[in-house]
Amino acid sequence: MTVLDFINRLLGREKPSGTMARQRLQLVLAHDRSDLNPELLDQMRREILEVVQRYVEIDIESCDVSLETEDRVTALLANLPIKRTREFPLPIGSGSGSGIGSGSGPAALALDRGTRTDTSAQRPAAGAETSALAGPSASLVPGTTEPGDPPAGIQP
Amino acid sequence: MGKTTLTANLGIALARLGKTVAVLDADFGLRNLDLLLGLENRIIYTAQEVLATTCRLDQALVKHKQQPNLALLPAGNPRMLEWLTPEDMQTITGLLAERSDYVLIDAPAGIEQGFKNAAAAAREAIVITTPEVSAVRDADRVIGLLATMDVKPVQLVLNRVRPKMMANQEMLSVDDVTDILALPLLGLVQEDERVIVSTNRGEPLTLEDNPSPAGQAYLNIASRLCGEEIPLIDPSKKRHGLRARLINKLRKTTGLF
Repeated sequence: MTVLDFINRLLGREKPSGTMARQRLQLVLAHDRSDLNPELLDQMRREILEVVQRYVEIDIESCDVSLETEDRVTALLANLPIKRTREFPLPIGSGSGSGIGSGSGPAALALDRGTRTDTSAQRPAAGAETSALAGPSASLVPGTTEPGDPPAGIQP
Repeated sequence: MGKTTLTANLGIALARLGKTVAVLDADFGLRNLDLLLGLENRIIYTAQEVLATTCRLDQALVKHKQQPNLALLPAGNPRMLEWLTPEDMQTITGLLAERSDYVLIDAPAGIEQGFKNAAAAAREAIVITTPEVSAVRDADRVIGLLATMDVKPVQLVLNRVRPKMMANQEMLSVDDVTDILALPLLGLVQEDERVIVSTNRGEPLTLEDNPSPAGQAYLNIASRLCGEEIPLIDPSKKRHGLRARLINKLRKTTGLF
């Protein structure tokens, strides 16, 4: 350890490399152990949401599906806040479920944004929200348009 | 990191404890166990001839001169890798197990077919790694594979431990590695120059009557395998007495010396 290292350590500028090694390892091992690429994880997430949505209305905005590893055991953690339960489960591949399940990556992303604007604007209107979910994703997001649009609208 | 050295030293240590031991060099590509045991000049037949039944097992086994309880079954031609199957390995280890208390298999590096062959023939495993990120990551892969092959228990030996660097937190600590890999610790081997001297001579450290720190660590591992309880002391925390504790405290807070 050089004098400069020592001074840096005293001033708290630099973490000891052992601590860095531990943190970096834990991160890389969490990925190694899960052995699922992000694409597959995303697909699984969408399919899980599809199934759950058939039975209950969930707050898509605050849904969180992730992998966590502790003590060599990798667990799939899903946190899906329920808004209300459905009286009758929707048939397979119908309604809001199909929109999410069959949608490709970007479409699903757009759906998420769509629900976000919906839920913040009018919470009690659950019917409107599900219909919006079922519709095509492109027509769904009037508020969050491409970055080029707003300036063009403002200028005149 | 250090598989062959561990196999050689553990083999001798177990033999000294009165056990009959067979060591099998499963690293057909890069065989070295014969060299570390100092038996390279006495090889006549190898595992290859035993499998082909062109010789008997006892003809191929090379007994250690000072520790006749230990016998080596040398690795055959590197081309064995092309046709050797996990079943072949099970056959060989089965033959060895009939006549010995312990069969130690020195696995090749990597996680390819050679490793899988060796693991298929193993009942339990010892994973040896050094406290460095790349080695620990590799060990994690190996442990994952062993779990899928139903080899258990798996125990950990931490090799080339540098107490000073660990105390300075400039190295992964013993606790870091055992936490991350979640394996029971079987032994701690300190970095020791004597290891190089012993490999130069082909005389494992555990042959000595007053072994160096690494030699003692290997002897302790052998005793633990035999069921003896020997406490594991983390060398980075091993300082006693008031003065030593003060120095240790100073060292920890400042990270100096």
